[in-house]
Amino acid sequence: MSNASKNGNGNGKYKVIGTRPIRHDGVDKVTGRAAYGIDTHLGGMLYGQILRSPHPYARIRGIDTSKAKALKGVRAVITAADLPPSEADEVLNLVEGSFRLKDLRSNILADEKVFYQGHSVAAVAATNLHIAEEALQLIEVDYEILPHVDDVVAAMRDDAPLLHEDLTTKEFGEDTGKNSNIASHIQFKLGDLEKGFAESDIIVEEEFETASVHQGYIESHNATAEWKTDGQLTVWTSTQGAFGVQKQTAAILGLPVSKVRVVPMEIGGGFGGKIPVYLAPQAAILSKKCGHPVKIVMTRADVFRSTGPTPSSYVKVKLGADNSGKLLAAQATIAFAAGAFPGSPVGAGAVCVLSCYAIPNGLVDGYDVVLNRPRSAAYRAPGSTQVNLAVETLMDEIAVKLGMDPIELRLLNAAEEGTRRVDGAVYPVVGCRETLEQTKVHEHYLAPLSGPHQGRGVATGFWMNAGLKSTVTANVNEDGTVNLMEGSTDIGGSRASIAMQFAEVLGLPAEAVNPMVGDTASVGYTELTGGSRVTFATGWAAYEAAQEVKKILIGKAALYWETTEDEVRFEEGDFVHSTDPEKRLTFKELAGHLVDLGGPVVGTGAVDPNSGVGGSFTTCIADVEVDPETGKIKILRFTMIQDAGTAIHPSYVEGQMQGGSVQGIGWALNEEYFYNEGRMQNASFLDYRIPTCLDVPMIETVIVEVPHPDHPFGVRGVGEASIAPPPAAIANAIYDAVGIRLHELPMRPDRVLAACLAKEEAEAATANG
Amino acid sequence: MNSKAHVKTTINGEEMEFLCEPRQSLLEVLRDDLGLTGTKEGCNDGNCGACSVIIDNVLVNACLVFAVEIQGCRVFTIEGLASPEGLHPLQQKFLENASLQCGICTPGFLVAAKALLDHNPDPTEHEVRHWLAGNLCRCTGYDKIVRAVLKAAEVGRETTAPAGSSN
Repeated sequence: MSNASKNGNGNGKYKVIGTRPIRHDGVDKVTGRAAYGIDTHLGGMLYGQILRSPHPYARIRGIDTSKAKALKGVRAVITAADLPPSEADEVLNLVEGSFRLKDLRSNILADEKVFYQGHSVAAVAATNLHIAEEALQLIEVDYEILPHVDDVVAAMRDDAPLLHEDLTTKEFGEDTGKNSNIASHIQFKLGDLEKGFAESDIIVEEEFETASVHQGYIESHNATAEWKTDGQLTVWTSTQGAFGVQKQTAAILGLPVSKVRVVPMEIGGGFGGKIPVYLAPQAAILSKKCGHPVKIVMTRADVFRSTGPTPSSYVKVKLGADNSGKLLAAQATIAFAAGAFPGSPVGAGAVCVLSCYAIPNGLVDGYDVVLNRPRSAAYRAPGSTQVNLAVETLMDEIAVKLGMDPIELRLLNAAEEGTRRVDGAVYPVVGCRETLEQTKVHEHYLAPLSGPHQGRGVATGFWMNAGLKSTVTANVNEDGTVNLMEGSTDIGGSRASIAMQFAEVLGLPAEAVNPMVGDTASVGYTELTGGSRVTFATGWAAYEAAQEVKKILIGKAALYWETTEDEVRFEEGDFVHSTDPEKRLTFKELAGHLVDLGGPVVGTGAVDPNSGVGGSFTTCIADVEVDPETGKIKILRFTMIQDAGTAIHPSYVEGQMQGGSVQGIGWALNEEYFYNEGRMQNASFLDYRIPTCLDVPMIETVIVEVPHPDHPFGVRGVGEASIAPPPAAIANAIYDAVGIRLHELPMRPDRVLAACLAKEEAEAATANG
Repeated sequence: MNSKAHVKTTINGEEMEFLCEPRQSLLEVLRDDLGLTGTKEGCNDGNCGACSVIIDNVLVNACLVFAVEIQGCRVFTIEGLASPEGLHPLQQKFLENASLQCGICTPGFLVAAKALLDHNPDPTEHEVRHWLAGNLCRCTGYDKIVRAVLKAAEVGRETTAPAGSSN
């Protein structure tokens, strides 16, 4: 614990880091001035709409757009025929994975087949939205309906309807040549599994299923495109990564990236769901056809039916431990529903499943399975929540069977520096143990419960965090402020956390730095806002940019004093003459002289920390009350204890932890894609119910700070891990309250009630017998 | 027959006239025709509260009101919350408490919270949560939003308290 501090005070080492300034973009956002993607408005703009498949699986025999084209006010109608043709083996490598270009194109406009209800089939541009909607009704699509499959276990069977004739299973990276819905089978292996289980005194094994859930961002997908006659395409959109949109859009349209400029507007939430492109290519082709900018905003129903979601899953886990609680062996089988095209985060799930503990013998099998649902997308710690439910429920079972405190059991097995994970990675300094120790002494953990049908559960979760590429450019203004251009779209206050790291280096107040998010033509290459990486990596780039500014300014001070650079020191935010201490310039004073000292001062930071990112561990405590009459679960109290590394802006670190917690609570209790005959039945915020503020209590947080050993300020990244453990903590709390174990998410009232009734019946039968 | 209706109304204290199609929602006219994009579109079907506005002292979703229905009404939107003198206490407390992350739901929450405090200047935490349950936020987990509204209510009570009330 010696290296860890708590609750974002940064060990008192810093002046700016660890404080809570008002975010730079705040006033625009509370006054309604901030321009989001949906607010884009260009002169002469037309409105686009997308026709989507009503069927889960069908062959397209033909599309007749003539009536739609004839409607007054319609300017263009497009189909897959307007996309460039795809070679079977063309692959696009993106940060989030490698994808077949033909699949990416098919998801934009279906060619031979539609693979899910909501699959984009045609697009229309018209002078207003209502005419565009009317035009959709006039497009005639001749479908040959095919038998569909939309359950992950069913889709893996040999007799399941096949989605892609050219998809063959990759087994451990090798193509088997076998045509199947299983796109890939991966495996991680450590130690001697059989020996580990043979030596175990206690073995627990269960199967779990989790429903598909949506990221649920409040701003719908949108894109506005203008394809000018000089061949230059500009796209204004809400995205987690402008350069990713540039790369995907260029590839799908068959353009060089230099022909596509992407302007990232303010973004109304993403959580992983705004990494893929859904509308930019269609808007671009429509714009090219009609010579006007075209804006498309998805309806909320289409957002549910056609974007996101996170995969549904089947997870089977077996754990073996000795009588002291020491884990000796673990086995996991994980199948994720990738949706219509390969690419679920099953690899991440396979890494995360056993990640919290030192387990000498392990085997993990993961399956990426296609089926007739929308192509899945990342969702906050993608893959971790699904697998966490299984392992953390079984850990609770072991604790109960051994009569151990569940935190003590986790402490006994906690991953730490040097622990080898089942995928082979060895942890650098990590904070798993520290979150558990903070949990053990937390007032919430020690407080008594106060009524019947109440219970308490804990769970520990993990996300690996990412490094990736980031660029920051700093321009010093003559009034002593700095304009900071960075490439990471800001979804949750990252402009502030990046500016603060820059300010810290130069001894500036946070307010003296003016951070802006650049478009793909005005800032260096920067990868997506995701993987809990922006404050870590783009903050690192800001640190490098600040170092360069400092170096240049030392030269300027030397010029001002007509001395050499080695005579100038940077001290407490001031530039000081080493041998003549009377000579001292503040940053602001020196900036004021720049016009006479050779002009502009520009610092750049371009980083690619492929890092020893050790990842972020988090432990949560959930108190619930079960209504035995209805099965409804009420969250009474909730605490998240997470290792963030150094917390730059503690309020926004807490915000990430609170937001992830409540998303985890929603996943646990009421969110799910409800399908019938391959069609989603609850594609609205009324029926797909994310938590409201009435559903949750205040979310207590403890920021544990185990600094990242390589990052200049010890930032670790905080955005994602908090979503993983809430479902398991709640499941364990339900067990503590009423003695039932639930193995399926969401833990809806009907499931809770059925389990309560089954338990009562079983007890009555035992009593009568 | 003219395809557009003529509507005369008051928005944020200013008298205004516009033409619109009868099928256009107030949300569409505010955002696309009047340039008042502070009122956000989240779902366009009345379930997220991002387009909260106040019409004649009643909190409504602008997506569920036809623009022609505001003839003769007084409409309040997020653009009316701050004054030339500065931010409204709700806006200030949202900033101080880091009550926004992506910020897309923020205008709706602020307008809804203003409607709450207009009705009830001293709400309990439960009353705040109950009133704001029509507004969805996916980023914050609501904790910091609820705290900001409670703190803004305090400020509002202090500034409107009659002289000598501290006795």
